[in-house]
Amino acid sequence: MTGERPANGTPLLEVRDLTVNHGQLRALDRVSLQVFPGEVYAIIGANGAGKSTLLRTIAGLHHPTEGSIWLDGEDVTKVRPERRAVRGIVMVPEGRRLFESLTVEENLQIGATYARKGPWTFERVYELFGWMAERRSQRTAQLSGGEQQSVAIGRALVANPRVLMLDELSLGLAPVVVQRIYGMLPQILATGLTVLLVEQDVSQALRVASHLQCLLEGHTTLEGRPSDVTPEEVEAAYFGLAVLARGDDPPGTPRSWGKAVPPKPPRPPFEGGKS
Amino acid sequence: MVWVNDIIQGILTGGLYALFACGLSLMFGVMKVVNLAHGDLAVVAGYIAVGIITVTHVPVLWSFAIVVPIMAVLGYVLQRTMIQAALDRSVLTTLMVTFGLSVVIEAGLLQFFTANSRGLGVGNAIITSSFSIGSQITIAYLLLMIFGAAVVVLLGLQYFLSRSKYGRLIRAVADDKEAAQLCGVDYRHVFGVAAAIAFGTVALAGIAYGMYSQLAPTIGTDTILLFAFAAVVIGGLGSLWGTLLGGVVLGVAQQIGAQINISDEVLAGYIVFLAVLVIRPQGLTARRARS
Repeated sequence: MTGERPANGTPLLEVRDLTVNHGQLRALDRVSLQVFPGEVYAIIGANGAGKSTLLRTIAGLHHPTEGSIWLDGEDVTKVRPERRAVRGIVMVPEGRRLFESLTVEENLQIGATYARKGPWTFERVYELFGWMAERRSQRTAQLSGGEQQSVAIGRALVANPRVLMLDELSLGLAPVVVQRIYGMLPQILATGLTVLLVEQDVSQALRVASHLQCLLEGHTTLEGRPSDVTPEEVEAAYFGLAVLARGDDPPGTPRSWGKAVPPKPPRPPFEGGKS
Repeated sequence: MVWVNDIIQGILTGGLYALFACGLSLMFGVMKVVNLAHGDLAVVAGYIAVGIITVTHVPVLWSFAIVVPIMAVLGYVLQRTMIQAALDRSVLTTLMVTFGLSVVIEAGLLQFFTANSRGLGVGNAIITSSFSIGSQITIAYLLLMIFGAAVVVLLGLQYFLSRSKYGRLIRAVADDKEAAQLCGVDYRHVFGVAAAIAFGTVALAGIAYGMYSQLAPTIGTDTILLFAFAAVVIGGLGSLWGTLLGGVVLGVAQQIGAQINISDEVLAGYIVFLAVLVIRPQGLTARRARS
């Protein structure tokens, strides 16, 4: 979609060597990413790859063991989640998480309470989702899954985010509904937003993304532009079947390609203390 | 005619119980905190009023205007510090912490105010006078005012929750505090606001109780908290008007119990409470189930 990434510009959102533990489980292991303004950055990966953990950590809902998160050159690693939202990192959480005893309009009002200044108003959201205006006084519990997802997106948009994070929009929705929602992405991007999304549906992610990163068991296994990676590479990175995917080497031959990120060597035990 | 009088007295007393119960219900509904110190805080508010009136000689009804804001601020501060710290550990910890608070308050009140009971506004004409309808029905102005205050407080609370910005935030945070954070809402501040409102209502109730009956250091737990619990459970948790209904049912049951035998007054109320728990645990005004 967008062309070359700026070589030396400041990324709008940057994650450096993020490590997150859920108790004994290492959910993310030194994951890094740079999202530049106007991009649609897609993170793909199988269930349990750490995609949602990554987004939730960027939103501030999980605390990283190591690593840092930067918004437009400022370290926000220690900033509380609600302050991050006010500063422009806004997430549409997995499972939509609407306020169920509130109406559609009240949900939007909550999103707008501490909003930044920007192009997104209620009218604009109602324009984007044509059905919403006339059903704004309904409780969200009465809406269909796709409609609820739209309200969740609207609730995030009225906060006028700089980075809009979308966590598994397609979850539990019919393919045609998913298509329709992703079809609105260009209109959202046109207002100057940057999008970081997590998607299990790889073909959907490839269709909308300008940059791609694949996670496998908390590690980055592939990174690049969708046009630069082959479906085989994506498949290999997604399932961790690097060797078997191509089939033109004898089984067991280790191989790597240009864009694939080799696993990092294990960290010496006492290095982390200084950072 | 005796029964009619009992029912009228019961309904009016129910207003007082509803005043006690609505703060308890609000704190549970919003932050899932069962505040075991709720009754003691009402007593504290009553004693603050006693102190203020003794020192400054303001008219007794003015003490509301001073004590309610003091308690609201105390509520915000306690919520942001002690109760939030307990909540961050687990909901169960809040039970222990508020129980501890209750014990400390009672011990402190005994220390400073002795075990003697005190009334508020004794000798004040409005508070002690009453009017009669026919020969058997006597209605105290005070009880009528308390009932009116309860209705006004509940109406105000409902209006506030459904129409105001903070009311909306309180409902949103009660639904899903993490999602609220993602919208930029500091749920701890909203919890503080909800606690301030709850403490404000408990202050009203505590002073009203001091006028209606007698304040003593230990009534917070053994009378007020239990009546508030009973009213909340009978009416249905989380429903403001259910709280009023619960208070009224409890009040009427007590009056009828007292009519049968004066020593049955409290027992009759708790039998109704137990019956509701067994037959209709969601309370008389069952609310839409929240997922």
